[in-house]
Amino acid sequence: MSSLKYFTNGLLKENPTFVLVLGTCPTLAVTTAAFNGIGMGAATTFVLVFSNMFIAMLKSYIPDKVRIAAFIVVIATFVTIVDLVMKAFVPDIYKTLGIFIPLIVVNCIILGRAEAFAQKNEVKASILDGLGMGLGFTLAITVMGSIREVLGNGSIFNIPLVAENAKTMLLFILPPGAFITYGYLIAIFNRVKAKYNV
Amino acid sequence: MANKLESSLKNMILSLFLISMVMSGALGFVYVITKKPIEETQKKAEIEAVKNVLPAFDNDPTKDVKNIDGLMYYIGTKSGEVVGCAVKSYTNKGFSGHFEIMVGFKPDGTIYKTAVLDQKETPGLGDKMKTKWKDQFNEKNPTSYNMKVKKDGGDVDAITASTITSRAFCDAVTRAYDGFMKNISNTNKQ
Repeated sequence: MSSLKYFTNGLLKENPTFVLVLGTCPTLAVTTAAFNGIGMGAATTFVLVFSNMFIAMLKSYIPDKVRIAAFIVVIATFVTIVDLVMKAFVPDIYKTLGIFIPLIVVNCIILGRAEAFAQKNEVKASILDGLGMGLGFTLAITVMGSIREVLGNGSIFNIPLVAENAKTMLLFILPPGAFITYGYLIAIFNRVKAKYNV
Repeated sequence: MANKLESSLKNMILSLFLISMVMSGALGFVYVITKKPIEETQKKAEIEAVKNVLPAFDNDPTKDVKNIDGLMYYIGTKSGEVVGCAVKSYTNKGFSGHFEIMVGFKPDGTIYKTAVLDQKETPGLGDKMKTKWKDQFNEKNPTSYNMKVKKDGGDVDAITASTITSRAFCDAVTRAYDGFMKNISNTNKQ
């Protein structure tokens, strides 16, 4: 695979949200608004890139039997860094995302990529993979957040599209709307993917 | 993969120990450099919240905050004269439990403004209390204003489909008012 392939792999072919269906908890929970998707995606991408990079660097020094413990220590460190930095510099987004920032630790995408990719590949490929996966995730949850925000709240990126008291489809902001949107998006994504054979 | 360390006890302990050491070092470093900005942002947010509910003031109300019975009292003064007191109040009766609001009182006990601080009420229903709805409390004096929703015989228009949230909001405002009258209003008169 050329290095570009490592990057696009996460965006389309193995999109973590729509194809691998990993990390569904933040996908369902934070996508009530488009902007949350970008914030959450950026935080996850940062953690993914750095944990992939570190694990690829350290892979030959980590004995097999304690690899998961070692990976979690690395991942938890970067999540805490993101947590502190967001708390200090972007308090508004931090407040909206709340508990889901610390919960990036248990996001399957990150441990999944460490286990399935970073510990078997070179540093450069791992960084690209982390970047691709992170952006794929960001894109997916931003799209989902936009759909839910437009239908449920009548606005996009906090820009109102309808009159203030207009009736919107509240269902889409509530938890069931997350499942419905997610289901349709997975179906559409895979249909398109199969048709164009990417 | 061929030259991977063998999973012997010594190797496992050593590698985990070293990784933890390096990572805790990194964390300590980030903690130290973000400590000050975090404190500053929190203080800024606090002052911002007080500013939202009080008439213009020129002191720093966060300096002598009074914390009595779980409520926080911020007193705003302008050229030495008390312009009002912001009370950080809470309720546990929200649809999703606990939420916090800030209520600004003029010295005579009239509500100046209210603001929602921290809430997790249903998006699109209960969280409408953040919008214009809460403005109906402005300029009301709880001695003559019945702080209950109309359904319960009071004067407050409830949010459509969110009576529980509206009741909880009234509960929090009432708690702030009672605390203000008991702890702040009297001491000012002396």
